[in-house]
Amino acid sequence: MALPTHLALELVTPDRAIVHDRVDEVEIPGADGYFGVLPGHTPLLAMLQVGVLWYRKGREKFHLSVAFGFAEVQPDRVTILAQLAERAEEIDVSRAEAARKRAEERMARPVIDMDFERARIALLKSLVRLQAAERARIRT
Amino acid sequence: MPSLIDLRRRIRAIKSTQQITRAMKTVAASKLRRAQERILGARPFAQRMLQVLNSLAARVDPSAHPLLAQRREQGRVLLIVITADRGLCGSFNSNIVRRAGAVVVESADRQIALGLVGRKGRDYFRRHGFDVWYELVGIFNQLRYGHAQELARVAIERFTSGDSDAVYLVYNEFKSVLQQRVVIERLLPIVKLDLGEETAPSAGVDYLYEPAPEQIFKELLPRHVEVQIYRALLESSAAEHAARMTAMDAASKNSAEMIEQLTLYMNKVRQAAITREIIEVISGAEAL
Repeated sequence: MALPTHLALELVTPDRAIVHDRVDEVEIPGADGYFGVLPGHTPLLAMLQVGVLWYRKGREKFHLSVAFGFAEVQPDRVTILAQLAERAEEIDVSRAEAARKRAEERMARPVIDMDFERARIALLKSLVRLQAAERARIRT
Repeated sequence: MPSLIDLRRRIRAIKSTQQITRAMKTVAASKLRRAQERILGARPFAQRMLQVLNSLAARVDPSAHPLLAQRREQGRVLLIVITADRGLCGSFNSNIVRRAGAVVVESADRQIALGLVGRKGRDYFRRHGFDVWYELVGIFNQLRYGHAQELARVAIERFTSGDSDAVYLVYNEFKSVLQQRVVIERLLPIVKLDLGEETAPSAGVDYLYEPAPEQIFKELLPRHVEVQIYRALLESSAAEHAARMTAMDAASKNSAEMIEQLTLYMNKVRQAAITREIIEVISGAEAL
């Protein structure tokens, strides 16, 4: 079987479809670490962690922040079901910055009734948003 | 014959009602647009989810998971009924409530627990003395995925603990602006997955899993339930606005018609009064 030349990337969240495009390369934050996908990749099903996802189309690179969900990889297509996802250019940097500060403060002074795990996840999400926005800025 | 003043008063009253129905129609129309966007945005996710679930089910033993376990007895059922929080939307709420009520009455021998979403449905079933197991009201103003998560959590809990053998969803599906349809859908146990359709050329090749397939499956199934509920909530919300818009449109039209008729009648009455007065004057003059 000839190798496919492109990947049909589809990224959807419960609220909307975010990406629907033909791309050349994708990098996905999987549960056990980041992995890259090129056309012709072995079928793979992975859980996502909180992280930055990017895809390349020609010479252009697009960044997104994603959190929780699943990625299904087929030789010629990638389907990503994310709980949360935002394009880098949609990320509100000042809000993410504020969220990061808040989460850090909360984690710095442990109170008994505080939900540590939630604060940790909030911190992670804000960091990833900042990272995605940052990287997209460098590119352009 | 009613007096002129009475007629004027009535026309004025209808006019102010008409203003309200018109305003409600406009509001419903703009809310509908937003709700429609949301449901259209949510459908692809639900579809993709099902596809992934299907391709996974072909490779994992599906009977292993408690959410897929079929029970022999289908006696005790949890019925999740989704209605609106507000009225004035035609037969939207009464359709749902009637349908759900029929199910409950039909199966009086079975034990049916009710999970009610939306104020209208809750009020109805409470008033009629039904046993309400769970309720969630006032969410449609700001519908979030979290609401679906919460609902999925309690439904799954009840199912896995064995208090209910099946969970059904009753809601209005948004077919088009002019059409809503009441549907009853089984939520749990998850409907037998359809393996035949579309399994890609690589069906024979086994997947790589990260982490193990069982673990992914365990994560995926509750998510699937959440997404189903979320979709039903969005469907219902879009259908509600559509129903209200049509109902208010009809009401505005009816009131316009009524005003027209009353105005005609009023004019007739006024003319009759004038004619009578003239006759009185003339006959008075003649008598002199």
